[in-house]
Amino acid sequence: MPGLVHVTTTINGNEVNFLCEPRQSLLECLRDVLGMTGTKEGCNDGNCGACTVMFDGRIVTSCLVLGVEAQGKEITTIEGLATPQGLHPMQQAFLEQAALQCGICTPGFIMASKALLDQEPDADEHRIRHWLAGNLCRCTGYDKIIRAVLQAEETMKASK
Amino acid sequence: MEAIEFIAPKTVADAVAALAAKGDRARMLAGGTDVLVQLRSGRRRAELLIDAKSVPELNQMSYSPRQGLTLGAAVPCYRVYQDQKIAAAYPGLIDAASLIGSIQIQGRASIGGNLCNSAPSGDSIPAIIVLGGVCTVAGPGGKTREIPAEQFCTGPGRNVLQPGELLVSIHFPAPQANSGATYQRFIPRNEMDIAVAGVGASVVLDRTKRNFVSARISLASVAPIPVFAQKAAASLAGKPVSDATIEEAARLAMEDAKPITDMRGTIRQRIHLVGVLTRRTLQESIKRARGE
Ligand SMILES: Cc1cc2nc3c(=O)[nH]c(=O)nc-3n(C[C@H](O)[C@H](O)[C@H](O)COP(=O)(O)OP(=O)(O)OC[C@H]3O[C@@H](n4cnc5c(N)ncnc54)[C@H](O)[C@@H]3O)c2cc1C
Ligand code: FES
Ligand code: FES
Repeated sequence: MPGLVHVTTTINGNEVNFLCEPRQSLLECLRDVLGMTGTKEGCNDGNCGACTVMFDGRIVTSCLVLGVEAQGKEITTIEGLATPQGLHPMQQAFLEQAALQCGICTPGFIMASKALLDQEPDADEHRIRHWLAGNLCRCTGYDKIIRAVLQAEETMKASK
Repeated sequence: MEAIEFIAPKTVADAVAALAAKGDRARMLAGGTDVLVQLRSGRRRAELLIDAKSVPELNQMSYSPRQGLTLGAAVPCYRVYQDQKIAAAYPGLIDAASLIGSIQIQGRASIGGNLCNSAPSGDSIPAIIVLGGVCTVAGPGGKTREIPAEQFCTGPGRNVLQPGELLVSIHFPAPQANSGATYQRFIPRNEMDIAVAGVGASVVLDRTKRNFVSARISLASVAPIPVFAQKAAASLAGKPVSDATIEEAARLAMEDAKPITDMRGTIRQRIHLVGVLTRRTLQESIKRARGE
């Protein structure tokens, strides 16, 4: 029986230490070990994108990353987006456009959409839909989500 | 998933030693997008996961117009398509790297892992084959060997790697003048699905760009292993670029497809798709070779 491994990583700008079994996914470590339940589990096999986090500058499905692989990495989760001044424009737009029903897919959509607009501030609707192909929503029918991302894009551009 | 151990070796020798010591109870972990899913579902078992990304040779990517591209086995897809020089030189590889899974999956999934997973549907494998990829494999005793990509897979999920062996990198020769390559697949959705059929093609044209010097064609999802359609490709050598020669190559490629009927498609549909995709990938490769 392999023992627990000590992992040091950076989550939302803070150094974090935790113990995990090597078999545990980063998603499990975030939710069950660290109590950061903002990141959601949908499928646990890479298909739904609910568990999307930033991992060293790229979005990944945290269910397909091992907790031990987080050693020395920089991770951003949905908990890292809002500031004391308020919600991130992407979060605000999802609220205003009512781009969620059950909300399980929402953190993943927000993390993925924000990552796109950070690197491509002018992404068009086609590009947004393509980029979000790895995020599934069984409630909204996607249109409201796309509208929210387009609204956030306007806000983010205006605030630059 | 059962209890496992995890190590992150710093050298090929250490990784090989760990693999050799554990036999089939150890597995390499590149992006993990196949292996973690398989372990979790119980389709594979392992007691030890060996991180491929911690070994520098497996995580390196080097390209020069003279030497070609050496792609470390664990380099994730996004690093391949983000490199503009590589993207310009190997568009056929980029076709495949940018359609494996989602953006999230491409942030982790490697071309080497796609090859080593050896699924008949592996999208990058036909692209590697038509680009003339050669695999460098390291094994116990410091031994290395080179295997042309078309000889790598031996059955669904099986390949030539022996106990203790790992894939270090794949080497792609420098693109020749007037050459082009393409990979396309058919899936019922726009994104995120497993190929019902896929075709990779590469062509080298002569100086006038009106005749084929040579071609390579490879098929996905239509046999237990990726198919290297040699007869179809050979039929183009020395021939003029024309609808008739392309049609004949597509017909021969259909003969090389030995698909099954399953939930994704029927034998008839798959053979038909091979014809359509062979035609399209040849046409696109010709355009790319002509710089159109
Ligand atoms: C949601 C989702 C969508 C997907 N979509 C596609 C798709 O569209 N097309 C497609 O082809 N695939 C797809 N896949 C499958 C998978 O993402 C690809 O096959 C990917 O390229 C595997 O790479 P990896 O680095 O994640 O491999 P890993 O899972 O790390 O490894 C794959 C296998 O290769 C072995 N291995 C890895 N590196 C080495 C090495 N250096 N030496 C020896 N053995 C090694 C591992 O032990 C394992 O058996 C998808 C997977 C998911 C979860
Ligand atoms: S829970 Fe990770 S992709 Fe669905
Ligand atoms: S809001 Fe329920 S899955 Fe998207």
